[in-house]
Amino acid sequence: MAAITLIEGVTMALARAMQDDPAVVVLGEDVGVNGGVFRATAGLHERFGDERVIDTPLAEVMIAGMSVGMAAHGMKPVAEAQFCGFSIPMLDHIFCHASRMRNRTRGRLSCPMVLRFPSGGGIHAPELHSESPETLFGHIPGLRVVIPSSPSRAYGLLLAAIRDPDPVIFMEPKRIYRWQKEEVADDGEELPLDVCYTLRDGSDLTLVTWGAMVKETLAAADQLEGEGISVEVIDVATVKPLDMDTIVESVERTGRCVIVQEAPRHCGLAAEIAASLADIGIWNLHAPVKRVCGYDVVMPLYRNEMKYMPSVKRIVDAAQQVLEVS
Amino acid sequence: MARTVAAFKVDYFQFLKPDGTLVHDQQIPALARDLKRLVELYKLMVLTRTFDKKAITLQRTGKIGTYASSLGHEAAHIAVGAAMKDEDCLAPSYREYGAQFYRGVKLTDVLLYWGGDERGNDFEIPRHDFAWCVPIATQCLHAAGAAMAFKLRKETRVAVAIVGDGGSSKGDFLEAINAGSAWKLPLVLVIVNNQWAISVPRSKQNKASTLAQKGIAGGLPSIQVDGNDLIACVWAMEKAVNAARQGKGAFVIEMLTYRLGDHTTADDARRYRPAEEVEQAWDNEPIKRLRAYLINQGAWDDQKEEALNVECKEWVQQAADEYFDIIENDPQPVTAMFDHMFEQLPHDLVEQRALAERYADDGGHH
Ligand SMILES: Cc1ncc(C[n+]2csc(CCOP(=O)(O)OP(=O)(O)O)c2C)c(N)n1
Repeated sequence: MAAITLIEGVTMALARAMQDDPAVVVLGEDVGVNGGVFRATAGLHERFGDERVIDTPLAEVMIAGMSVGMAAHGMKPVAEAQFCGFSIPMLDHIFCHASRMRNRTRGRLSCPMVLRFPSGGGIHAPELHSESPETLFGHIPGLRVVIPSSPSRAYGLLLAAIRDPDPVIFMEPKRIYRWQKEEVADDGEELPLDVCYTLRDGSDLTLVTWGAMVKETLAAADQLEGEGISVEVIDVATVKPLDMDTIVESVERTGRCVIVQEAPRHCGLAAEIAASLADIGIWNLHAPVKRVCGYDVVMPLYRNEMKYMPSVKRIVDAAQQVLEVS
Repeated sequence: MARTVAAFKVDYFQFLKPDGTLVHDQQIPALARDLKRLVELYKLMVLTRTFDKKAITLQRTGKIGTYASSLGHEAAHIAVGAAMKDEDCLAPSYREYGAQFYRGVKLTDVLLYWGGDERGNDFEIPRHDFAWCVPIATQCLHAAGAAMAFKLRKETRVAVAIVGDGGSSKGDFLEAINAGSAWKLPLVLVIVNNQWAISVPRSKQNKASTLAQKGIAGGLPSIQVDGNDLIACVWAMEKAVNAARQGKGAFVIEMLTYRLGDHTTADDARRYRPAEEVEQAWDNEPIKRLRAYLINQGAWDDQKEEALNVECKEWVQQAADEYFDIIENDPQPVTAMFDHMFEQLPHDLVEQRALAERYADDGGHH
C-alpha cells in the first residue's frame, strides 16, 4: 500500500472505476494524452485508450450536454471542467437537465454522471481559476455535491460518486491536492456519501468546514488545544445533502460552533448550516454560531488572494469570541 | 436530381514566403512597398518577442505568476493592432500583447496583470478596450455587443475579437458569427489558429478543412491567411475592418500560425507535442521572414538589428523595473478588493472591508 496525495486518490479512483465498469468514461479538455493540467488523469489514456479517456474539443457546454446524453443512455461519464471558473457555462445543462432528468421523466430516464473540477484559491493561479462555487451547485435540487479533503476520502468518495445512480458534482480542493500523503488501499471500497466526517473529537467547541479550509481549521484547532481548549473538527464532505445529524450531535456536546468557509459569505453553505443549527440545535447552543468566510468580493488576483482567504488567526479569534460567552 | 443551393470556397492568402521573398502569382498589397511602415511594425514584433522572453524569465524566477507566451504569434497579433483605429475596440483573449502594445497598452500593465495585480487591467490607453479574457471565446460576444452599440449609435467604429483554434469550438464564437450576420455588425472575428489548444491539436477540434468556413456557414465573408506573414495579416485585417466600417457587416479571418512555446509557463508541451514539429515550425516563424524581406529591400541591416535589440532590451528592462517599483513601493492595500466592486460600497461590504483591514497583515497564514 503506497502513501498517496489527494490528487493521486482521484486518479486511483478513476482507474479503479474504469477497470470495474466498462460504462465509465472520462472526458474533458486535456484529460487524455496530457493527463490533465493537474495530472488528475495521468496514465489513464495509456491504460484505457482514446475511447474511454476522451480529449474533447474546447467546449464546456458540449462536455456537460453530452455527458447528460451519455448518462441517460447507459454510460457513466466522468466529465472534467479544467477549473472551477469553467464549470459555469456547464450550469445550463446541469441545472436544466442533469439535476431534473429523473424527476421530469418520472424515473424513465436518469443521469448518473459525475462532473469533477478543481476548485478554490491559494495556488497563485490566473483569473477565474480560484473560485469556490459549491453553493451554486448546492442550491440546485437534484444534485449531490461532494468535496473530499484527504487522499482516502478523495478515493472513497469519488468511487461512490461514480457508482451513484444520480448526478454528482465532485469538487476537488486544489490547494491541498498535494498537501498530505496517506496510505490508501486500492481495494475498490467506497466511502459513504451524504455524511460528515469527524476529523477530531473534542468537547468545548465544534469547528465545521470542508475542502481546503480543513487545513487552516485543523491548524486553528491545534492552536486552541495548546490553550487547553478541546476542539471537535467536522469535515462536511457532502455539501448536499447535508448531514446535520453529525453536526447537531457534536454541538449538543460542545454547545459552541464556528463554521469556516472559503467561498464568499452571502448565501453560502455556512449560512445554511447556521440556519439549520438555529432550527434544530438551538437549545444546545451556549453561544451564537460564528461564520468565518471569504468576503463578498471578486476573488482577487494572486498577489492579494491570501488576504481574501480565512486565516488561522480569524478562525482562532472567532473561536475565542464564541468561547467567551458564558 | 439535387440542385446545389449553396457552395463555398475559402481563399488562402500569403504574400511573403518563409524565405522572405514575395509570391509571384498574386497582386501584392501596397504595404509591401511601404518599407517605412514595415520597419515600424517589424520593430514592434521584435519588442514583443523581447518582452515575451523577459516575462518568461520573470515567471521562472518567481517575480510574476503564470504567463501566456505570444512567441510565434507576433505577425498575427501586431497586424490586428495595426489595422485598427484608436476609437475601435479590441476584445483580446490573453496572449495578444502585440496588438495591445500597438494600441498603447504598456508593457508594465502586462506584467502587473500576470503578476497578480488587477491594476494591469486598468490601462491608460486605450480606455475603451476590453481587458484580458480568461474564459475562452466569451470575448467574441462582448465584441459583438460593442459592435451592436456602435451600430445603434451610428458610430463608424469597429469591434475586433481574437480567439484561438480551440476557442472556435465554443458556442460563444459561433454565436458571435451569428450575431454579426443577423445584424450586419461592424465586427471582425480573428481566429489565431496556432494549431494547439493546450495539448489538443487542431485536428481534434473538428474535421473541417478550415476554421474560416465556420464564418461562411453563418453567412459571413471569411478568409484564411498565412498568420506568419505580416503583410498578409495586415492586408486581411484592413480589408475586414474597412468593410465593417463601411457598414458591410462582419468578417472572419483565420490566421494560420504556430504556438512555438508552451501553452503557458504552467505547461510542459514536451509531454504531448513532438519536438520535430516545433523545430519545423521555426522555419516559418514571422520575424525571420520579415527581416529577410527588409534586408533584401535594403531597408534593414545587421547594424540596425543590433541597435534595435539593445533598445528593446532597455525598454523591457524599464518596464520590469517600473513593475517592481509598483509592487514593492505601492502594493494594492487589502481594501482594493472591495473598492471597485460597486460605484458605491454597499453597507454589507463596508463592514467586511473593515474586517479585512483588521486582518490585513495576516495573509501569509499557511
Ligand atoms: C471556458 C474555458 N475553458 C477552459 C479554459 C482553460 N484553457 C485556457 S487556454 C485553453 C486552450 C485555448 O486554446 P486556443 O483557444 O486554441 O487558444 P491558444 O491558447 O492556443 O491561444 C484552455 C483549455 C479556459 N480558460 N476557459
